[in-house]
Amino acid sequence: MRGWDLGDTRMNDTSANPRGGALGDTLFRGASLVAALTVLAVLGAIILMLVKGSMPALGKFGFLHFITSAEWNPVTEQFGALSPITGTLVSSAIAIIIGLPVSFGIALFITELCPVWLKRPVGTAIELLAAIPSIIYGMWGLFVFAPFFAEHIQPLLTATLGRLPVIGALFEGPPLGISVFTAGVILAIMIIPFIASVMRDVFNTVRRELRESAYGLGCTTWEVVWKVVLPVTRAGVTGAVMLGLGRALGETMAVTFVIGNSHDLNTGLFWPGNSIASTIANEFTEADGEIYTSSLIALGLVLFLITFIVLSLARIMLIRMSRQDGAKS
Amino acid sequence: MNAIEHNGAEAPAATEAVDGAAPGANANRAKLDIRHLDFYYGKNHVLHDINLKIPERQVMAFIGPSGCGKSTLLRTFNRIYSLYPNQRAEGEIWMDGENILGRDVDINLLRAKVGMVFQKPAPFPMSIFDNIAFGIRLYERLPKAEMEERVVSALKRAALWDEVKDMLGKSGAALSGGQQQRLCIARAIAVKPEVILLDEPTSALDPISTAHIEELVMELAADYTIVIVTHNMQQAARMSSRTAFMYLGEIIEEGETDQIFTAPRKEKTQDYITGRFG
Repeated sequence: MRGWDLGDTRMNDTSANPRGGALGDTLFRGASLVAALTVLAVLGAIILMLVKGSMPALGKFGFLHFITSAEWNPVTEQFGALSPITGTLVSSAIAIIIGLPVSFGIALFITELCPVWLKRPVGTAIELLAAIPSIIYGMWGLFVFAPFFAEHIQPLLTATLGRLPVIGALFEGPPLGISVFTAGVILAIMIIPFIASVMRDVFNTVRRELRESAYGLGCTTWEVVWKVVLPVTRAGVTGAVMLGLGRALGETMAVTFVIGNSHDLNTGLFWPGNSIASTIANEFTEADGEIYTSSLIALGLVLFLITFIVLSLARIMLIRMSRQDGAKS
Repeated sequence: MNAIEHNGAEAPAATEAVDGAAPGANANRAKLDIRHLDFYYGKNHVLHDINLKIPERQVMAFIGPSGCGKSTLLRTFNRIYSLYPNQRAEGEIWMDGENILGRDVDINLLRAKVGMVFQKPAPFPMSIFDNIAFGIRLYERLPKAEMEERVVSALKRAALWDEVKDMLGKSGAALSGGQQQRLCIARAIAVKPEVILLDEPTSALDPISTAHIEELVMELAADYTIVIVTHNMQQAARMSSRTAFMYLGEIIEEGETDQIFTAPRKEKTQDYITGRFG
């Protein structure tokens, strides 16, 4: 009955502890270390595969030429990624431009204005929206939204914004409803729940005293949010936007449905285009020849780099902000 | 306008002296007159039939054990509780002939008249200057020079000017806890309120900062009606002219501070101030 004699086990060797404390700890530490290393190994393997697979194409065209050329011709085996890169960046930008204000409105409503009984339904609806598979957004985009857009919204935009000097050129294109712009709108709808729910959580972290101080001076809700809550939470809000942007950049299925999958590069946002992810998804099965396949893998590498750069920028921004805050308090 | 519409006859006479106040210096008129106030958190009935007059241009202290409702009572005076949908006050609080719990009171204007300083200092995420100017800008559009004047005078009034005059552009968060709390007081007085509510303003501060704030508050009492909630009985004794002792959501005893601390009328008060419970 050594186990009952706690003083004894504690003072002598711990491995004799009836709960097997030290050994269990060692095993657990080992297991979690392995789990952590797996992540690194997988990441390394993916990068290695991307770099190795894209070597033939990048070797032939050169990295700089690959990302600046808009020619994509499987017959002559000339591949340049400018069109998909532009499509990815532009559709994501549209998604953020539309999605950010809407998400902000949703988060603001839930945290500051929403009556208690409506909080839960709205919150749940947002989480459900985030859980809808992207292919459903794609189908809805293709069958419902694209025709509606082509018939009603696009003519309106062309007739109004399209007449403006300089930016007017952006709002041109055939009335198909299948375009980079449509892809951006669908992406916006897809990322809104992500951004809104993170923003809501971030707004909820604002200290009670701060909020009450502002209301206590006689601020309206808008003044409290715009002048106090938002400045305090800018780091978290940035994080929310980056999360949405990360999703928009890599989204494949929904975009492939509505972007048009054309390698032509146009200024008009209503022209069909393509994105990196949609190009890869569309063409991988039919890619014959080493250079073609390798070019698609190189596209993947480029997408990886874009995402990496975006996330790194966000990180740097957050670190800088928290350092400022740390210096203050 | 409320007074006339709903309850003209019952509106307290503006010059009425506070009951039981000693003649002479203490015979101020009541700035706030609380009548039959009940307060609920959801279904919890936490304040029971509070009746109290708060004299103008004096310091009034609320003391009592945790959870007795003293902060809750304070938070009805600027209706800050109404940020929370499940909190509800019933009764009347008269200020200058108006029932501030009335339905068509402009809450933002009420809060401009009744400033509040919280337990933990909460400077806004902006410069020291802007922290003060923030409140002023809500109500007035001032030319730059005049705004500067207002900010400087608020900082001077809050005894903070000498410490911050060379760093007005720095973030308010760069100040020490005690300085931040004085910044919050400066912020509150910059909008020219008539009443200042202090909710345990020194409980997060060190003794030296606490002494600064106490001194400051006593000075401010010359111009403002001040209500302070405190856990610290010595603080209440040092600072206030009148004290209300609360227990379980009721005012057990209210009177001149000296009388409350030296010759309390109720046994409960006696027990509390001698440290028998709390």
